[in-house]
Amino acid sequence: MDNVLQMVWLIPLLPLIGFLINGLGRNSLSKRMSGIIGSGVILFSFLLSLYVFFNVKGGNSHLAHYFNLIDINSFTIGFDFQIDPLSSLFLLIITGVGFLIHLYSTAYMHAEDGKDYAKYFAYLNLFVFSMLLLVMGGNYVILFIGWEGVGLCSYLLIGYWFKNVNYTNAAKKAFVMNRIGDLGFLLAVFWLLNKLGTTNFTDVFANLSKLSTTDITGITLLLFVGATGKSAQIPLFTWLPDAMAGPTPVSALIHAATMVTAGIYMIARSNVLYNLAPLTQEIIMWIGLATALLAATIALKQNDIKKVLAYSTVSQLGFMFLALGTGNYIAAVFHVMTHAFFKALLFLGSGSVIHGMHHEQDINNMGGLKSKMKITYITFFIGCLAIAGIPPLSGFFSKDSILIGAYEHNKIVYAIALFTACLTAFYMFRLLFITFNGKFRGTQKQWNHVHESPAAMTVPLIILAVLSAIAGFVNIPALFGGTESLTHFLSPVIQQTHQTTLSHATEYMLMGGAVVLISAVISWAYFKFKNYEPKEETSSFGKTLENKWYVDEFYNSILVKPLQAIAAFFNTIVEKKGIDGMVNGVGKVVNYGSRQIRLLQSGQIGHYVLLMVLGILVLLIIQLFF
Amino acid sequence: MNPQDVWITFPELLVWFPLLAGLVCFLFKDNSKVKSWVLLASILTLCISFASLYFSDDAKYLALNKASYTLKYMNNGSFILGLDGMGRLLTLLTAFAFPIIFVATYNTPYKSAKNFYGLMLLAQSGLMGVFTAMDAMSFYFFWELALIPVYFLSSQWGGERRIQATFKFFVYTFAGSLLMLIGIIYVYLHTININGNGHSFALYAFAGVRLNPTEQNWLFWLFFIAFAIKMPIFPFHTWQPDAYEQAPTATTMVLSGIMVKMGLFACLRWLLPIFPQATIKFDTIIIGLSVIGMLYASIIALKQDDLKRLVAYSSIAHIGLMCAGIFTKTEVGLQGVMLQMFCHGINIIGLWIVIELIERQTGVRKISQLGGVAHKAPILTILLVVIALANIALPLTNAFIGEFMLFNGLFAFNKWYAAAAGISIILAAVYTLNMIQKVFYGEENSITTAIKEIALHEKIILSVVVVLIFMMGVYPQPMINLTKATVEALMLKFN
Amino acid sequence: MEIRWYIGLAVALFSIGVMGVLTRRNAIIVFMCIELMLNAVNLLLVAFSKMHALSPVGLTNPSVVSNAQIFVFFIMVVAAAEVAVGLAIIVMMYRNTHVVDINFLNRLKN
Repeated sequence: MDNVLQMVWLIPLLPLIGFLINGLGRNSLSKRMSGIIGSGVILFSFLLSLYVFFNVKGGNSHLAHYFNLIDINSFTIGFDFQIDPLSSLFLLIITGVGFLIHLYSTAYMHAEDGKDYAKYFAYLNLFVFSMLLLVMGGNYVILFIGWEGVGLCSYLLIGYWFKNVNYTNAAKKAFVMNRIGDLGFLLAVFWLLNKLGTTNFTDVFANLSKLSTTDITGITLLLFVGATGKSAQIPLFTWLPDAMAGPTPVSALIHAATMVTAGIYMIARSNVLYNLAPLTQEIIMWIGLATALLAATIALKQNDIKKVLAYSTVSQLGFMFLALGTGNYIAAVFHVMTHAFFKALLFLGSGSVIHGMHHEQDINNMGGLKSKMKITYITFFIGCLAIAGIPPLSGFFSKDSILIGAYEHNKIVYAIALFTACLTAFYMFRLLFITFNGKFRGTQKQWNHVHESPAAMTVPLIILAVLSAIAGFVNIPALFGGTESLTHFLSPVIQQTHQTTLSHATEYMLMGGAVVLISAVISWAYFKFKNYEPKEETSSFGKTLENKWYVDEFYNSILVKPLQAIAAFFNTIVEKKGIDGMVNGVGKVVNYGSRQIRLLQSGQIGHYVLLMVLGILVLLIIQLFF
Repeated sequence: MNPQDVWITFPELLVWFPLLAGLVCFLFKDNSKVKSWVLLASILTLCISFASLYFSDDAKYLALNKASYTLKYMNNGSFILGLDGMGRLLTLLTAFAFPIIFVATYNTPYKSAKNFYGLMLLAQSGLMGVFTAMDAMSFYFFWELALIPVYFLSSQWGGERRIQATFKFFVYTFAGSLLMLIGIIYVYLHTININGNGHSFALYAFAGVRLNPTEQNWLFWLFFIAFAIKMPIFPFHTWQPDAYEQAPTATTMVLSGIMVKMGLFACLRWLLPIFPQATIKFDTIIIGLSVIGMLYASIIALKQDDLKRLVAYSSIAHIGLMCAGIFTKTEVGLQGVMLQMFCHGINIIGLWIVIELIERQTGVRKISQLGGVAHKAPILTILLVVIALANIALPLTNAFIGEFMLFNGLFAFNKWYAAAAGISIILAAVYTLNMIQKVFYGEENSITTAIKEIALHEKIILSVVVVLIFMMGVYPQPMINLTKATVEALMLKFN
Repeated sequence: MEIRWYIGLAVALFSIGVMGVLTRRNAIIVFMCIELMLNAVNLLLVAFSKMHALSPVGLTNPSVVSNAQIFVFFIMVVAAAEVAVGLAIIVMMYRNTHVVDINFLNRLKN
């Protein structure tokens, strides 16, 4: 146990050091050195995380306390790390997938000049540092520090090419929407601190009996509001598609594999709390489902390769929240893991395509790339199979456990979820076929330029493809005779009160039915899109989908414009005329009064004498009668 | 240590040394030498302040930390200067701020610079006096004394509308202080001297005064209105944006970094201990006003085009939170206020330094006229982004700890107020990021092509601010320990 | 004679004096009216002194009777001094402006 605690602080420290070296030395380091330092620290962290992973098997939980952040009489908040199965799993995902993406970036970002290249790696390392803080935190405050830190790095990385106003707008939107969620999170933390006097996970979960039901429902709802901001659920999801303005590896790391899963991690970590709040769980389930469906419908009609993947991420996150809402925490975490693999793969693949097409992102101008970009094509194909949920790839197992949990909870929810899964398969394969099959629709110059990406980019693709294929085997359900190793690994930390009560036959039927449906959908997509010709969207429903159900415009008219109007109103009417007017008015009144009183000084002696007489008269009267 | 062994105490040093240094400034003939003198003097004051932190054990070193005189010719009145935890924190802030200000504005040309710097040091002396005054008369004396150099600074070296803005600022705050004077005299007439006869202005006498509830009510408002105007909180804030905008930026740093803390400090030292029942009675109104002020100021900040006015309104929002924190009367709220006073001072001075640098190089302050500064001055951009994010309380920066504790206290008081006040952190992100985006990102324009990277000493001073931000963000405990005793003493009044 | 005659006469004289001060424009006439007011007061004081002497208090304690009469002397002296100074001012005024109209002395206007 001591060994782990002795080196666990190195895991976040190494990326921080990488950030400092690349950040401070960006003018003097060569691109090669920046890349090596940036990726090397993540590799070391990964190796350390592996060691930790093997150490916490069997439920060993380590608590490391470093110093007190705030120590007053009412409460103490310490800088604590909690290493247990859940956090070590996330550590592996973050550092592992992170390392692959760093490696990929060394080739993808090669066109940038040295200073910006080092800046990129510095930001990426800072992001990994924050994310590690988030998952290793031993109390809600350290979690929140990492939470906001990843939001900051997301802002910095989305706006990486800061000359473009649209990109910086997208970055700003991401940060502000995250902040809205963060307010909910903070209110929940204050609530906990007020009622329990502590935010440490172990202490909070042990003292839940002190909280009333309103407390628990309030806290869980507010925590979920925070999660909607970070993990892009309704109503705070519109930042994620806009975040595609950042470089593609950033989208892969932050907006697919790690940052957006922070909400799910947080709810999984608080599973004890959520098990006591059935109302919140219902809300989470419905919102997750709605988000999944909404995003899937929008993805059907998008023409930018990254936007399709972005909406796909939102949709998959919706699935994960659906799982959380039905109490199936382990399925959600499982899906986080598999989704990290195949979504990162898909994003990196799309990056490879963009790289080959020399920064073209519109799929209407692509097609027939499979002949020139074989590795990219094959890995992308595997990724699509995984996300669609074809056995025996990983997506099948994880998505299936979610669907089965949903079936037991509510059959309607299951039906909608299954429909969304079919949509997922449809739009993913639409993307695949339009991009890689058929004939090339771009210019001849572009076709000459199209090439397979260098090894630094294809090797991570291959590794991720392999992982997407086999990762499902960590949690083969009992019904296939599997050991459910992931479930056993996580069960010390996650109290899953819900056990499957369906008979094996029902399960086989559900699974089989799902697979059949999805295969049918894939074949339909193949026949529809294999020789795709881009055409204008004519149907109004299609236009609605293409314009993202006009959600952005809706928010603009409900929130942004009224706020601007109120600000203008406050600025001109209330501030200048109202309050300032009153203050200046005092001055004006005094001025006016003094002018009037000055008229008494007429200069005429007669007036003065009259006033004197009147004064004496008044004094006399007062003296006599009062 | 006996009082007779000590020939000068720390609070006296802190007050008289800048005063003397400032007066010496006026004797200079050469404007260039005056800058080095002023820098030296302010760094010496900082050393004195550090030394006072070292000798902070009140039990052993009381004689070093308290100076008490009886003025025979003023009816045996007292003149007491003392340092306790909160006083140390704020004198440290004052001592810290001035060298930073002087280094950052080293290259700014001021006509008749010796007068300028002399007045700045006099202002420092006045501010130190406010934070160390332990009896009401010297408190009032230094309260007004701090105002006078600032008035001259603003009206001589300020912007185009400086006369109106400074006049309004001066008369408004002065009117408030007069109300406070009436209150002070009234309370004085009700105090009982330590000898059992006569009256006393000393703090302990004021704190022990017995007033009936009606008296406490109107006296509370007399005092509070004076402090509310100084802080300022809604709706007494209208002098502030104009005054900040028109004053020379070095004076604005003093105004917003330290002078507003005078109002908060005065609430903690002179309002809560003397009128505890009235505080309990009126806390909802005041917290309500503060929260409304936070939202109001944040919304208006969205529409500001001038960089200085933007930061001014942002400052009103922060001060509103701190004022609300005081009146929650919880330990975490009070502790948060004290920490946040220091943090906000440092952060806002950092912001003003950046604005000063931009204005010096381009001559404009309008956000709509600037753009693309990040190309020309990347280091300035990075430092500004860190300071601006510290201003909106990003975790791992110092303001996060302070705001965390303040919001916690506010939440304990009333959940809904905390939720409403929390909206201001969202708005803060919006206007700050807006400002960063419009001024620093994007393409350059004709005005900003003239910008060069900032000089080495400016980089160093901004880095000092950034290092402070992170140091206190990661390990704020020493600051918290500094003011623990004061907070405990205050909490005793309310239990 | 009854005291009310004296009071009536004094009041009448005083009111005439006040009227004169307030309405007349010639500075010398204003001074005369001021003298009139003073003399009305003197008359009243002497009358009250005499009344007091004949009252029971005055009969038993004769020394208090003359208080008012001494006050009359004070008033006369003050009136004389004031007239001296006032006439000197009027003479200066006449030398500068060649009128004795008080409406011309309005340089302190506003």
